[in-house]
Amino acid sequence: MSKKTLIPIGPYHPLQEEPELFKLYCDGEIVKDIKWETGYNHRGIEKLSESKTYDQVFFLVERICGICSTSHPFAFANAVEEIAGIEITDRTKYIRSIIGELERIHSHLLWVGLAGHFLGYNTVFMWAWKYREPVLDLFEMITGNRNSYAMFRVGGVRRDIEDGKISLIRKIMGDVKSKTDLLTGAVMDDPVIHSRTKGVGILTKQDVIDYGAVGPTARASGLAIDIRKDDPYAAYPLVNWKVITAQGGDVFSKAEVRLLEIYESISIIEQCLDRLEKVKGQDVNVKVREIPEGSGTGRAEAPRGEVFHFVVSDGSNSPVRHKIRAPSYVNIATFKKSCIGQTISDATLSLAAVDPCYCCTERMAAAYDLNSGERIMNANELINISVRKTNELKKNII
Amino acid sequence: METDRVIEKLKENFDKEIIEVVKKSERRATVSVNPDSILKIAEYLYKSAGLRFIIASALHTKRGFEINYHFSMDASGLVLNIHVILDKENPRIESLSNMFNASNWIEREMHELFGIDFLNHPNQEKLISEGNWAEGVYPYRKEFK
Repeated sequence: MSKKTLIPIGPYHPLQEEPELFKLYCDGEIVKDIKWETGYNHRGIEKLSESKTYDQVFFLVERICGICSTSHPFAFANAVEEIAGIEITDRTKYIRSIIGELERIHSHLLWVGLAGHFLGYNTVFMWAWKYREPVLDLFEMITGNRNSYAMFRVGGVRRDIEDGKISLIRKIMGDVKSKTDLLTGAVMDDPVIHSRTKGVGILTKQDVIDYGAVGPTARASGLAIDIRKDDPYAAYPLVNWKVITAQGGDVFSKAEVRLLEIYESISIIEQCLDRLEKVKGQDVNVKVREIPEGSGTGRAEAPRGEVFHFVVSDGSNSPVRHKIRAPSYVNIATFKKSCIGQTISDATLSLAAVDPCYCCTERMAAAYDLNSGERIMNANELINISVRKTNELKKNII
Repeated sequence: METDRVIEKLKENFDKEIIEVVKKSERRATVSVNPDSILKIAEYLYKSAGLRFIIASALHTKRGFEINYHFSMDASGLVLNIHVILDKENPRIESLSNMFNASNWIEREMHELFGIDFLNHPNQEKLISEGNWAEGVYPYRKEFK
């Protein structure tokens, strides 16, 4: 296909508000091939990181992703603390895990909302985002920011969680739990959602291993990998929780894993709050002198999967090489398996099902005709197709 | 324990190819190997030992181009780095992407940013800067200003 026909429309996906460019090559209604272009928004963060001091890099990597903005500082802190051999205090561990899990809750709720919107269930969309709001308020109260919390630093966290705030966190967690019950019921018991998502966009266990997919995308295909369990960090080895898996590998399984993970996150937060009350008065920072020469590997389980940071230090105050791999980098590549052979309306859903984080990527979803190479649909039209299919199913089922 | 076992097995199978083994902790180890053996070693790790390919990091240093292939043993939390040093003038190494798809993008990215050639890569086209970056200019090399 000639490059001339690839005219992108608008810099952002109208729904997910992030840059992306998928090219679905279709024959009639069936997706025959998919191509993905990245880099429109390439920000050169790895290179930029080499010009920043270790303290500044936290603010930089936090801006890789707006939704999981604490997962990158988390992995970076793990990497640098490994190089310098820093042991953080228990109180810091609990606070870090609380922030990490609050983030998972708001990110999964956000995805449930978007998935609802893709399906044409705008009530689910409104609900999920409404119930996510108090979690953002919590962030504002704990960290001072609703997003990009700037909580992490080498050897500690910037702010403590004062005792007075703990009861409010507990209360909001209780509210989120009851609202998640509501959402889970709405999703798991709805026959239309079942028929739209079951058996759609299946990734087998072997596909997951082949593409190295991580996070809920891997766990929904029965692969129980979770960095919090496998390579424990912060407070995760100190509290009780379990890795959620499902066997279907389809969109429904991915939704199931995410919804059930919200409960695990709430449980982790509640346990961390209990422990926090036992380590009153402990410092939340340890003294860090200098970062010695060497290399360190930091991993963290972001809402979308494993975040990987590899930092090489030459003993100066900034890294000489900082490799970052976000989970979507490997998850998005699985689209080649999950979308080909499906109808356009199901492919739209499968694309959303890995909860792709487009921060490193391009612009717009568009469908191309296999023969002529002409652009025939934009993202809004794709969503409309998906919504139409749901509506037709509703007529038949209800 | 798992870490020792994996390293022992590697030594057993690829003794001639291994240059150095550094075990930093139970969950972190780096094995420097001869670049020509990367395909065999990666195949052993992926197929026989069941390790997951996480990503690869390229570095441009005084010694030439270095690549750390990061493998994860999820059952034990081990991150095993397979480290190779490539030629300064003509960096090239066998691609792993015919074995697993997980390395497809990162090899294209390293080719684009560092100018490292991946031999027999299924489609070594640009990943990030298609159509808006000069040929033969590699922004992550140290001499790039």
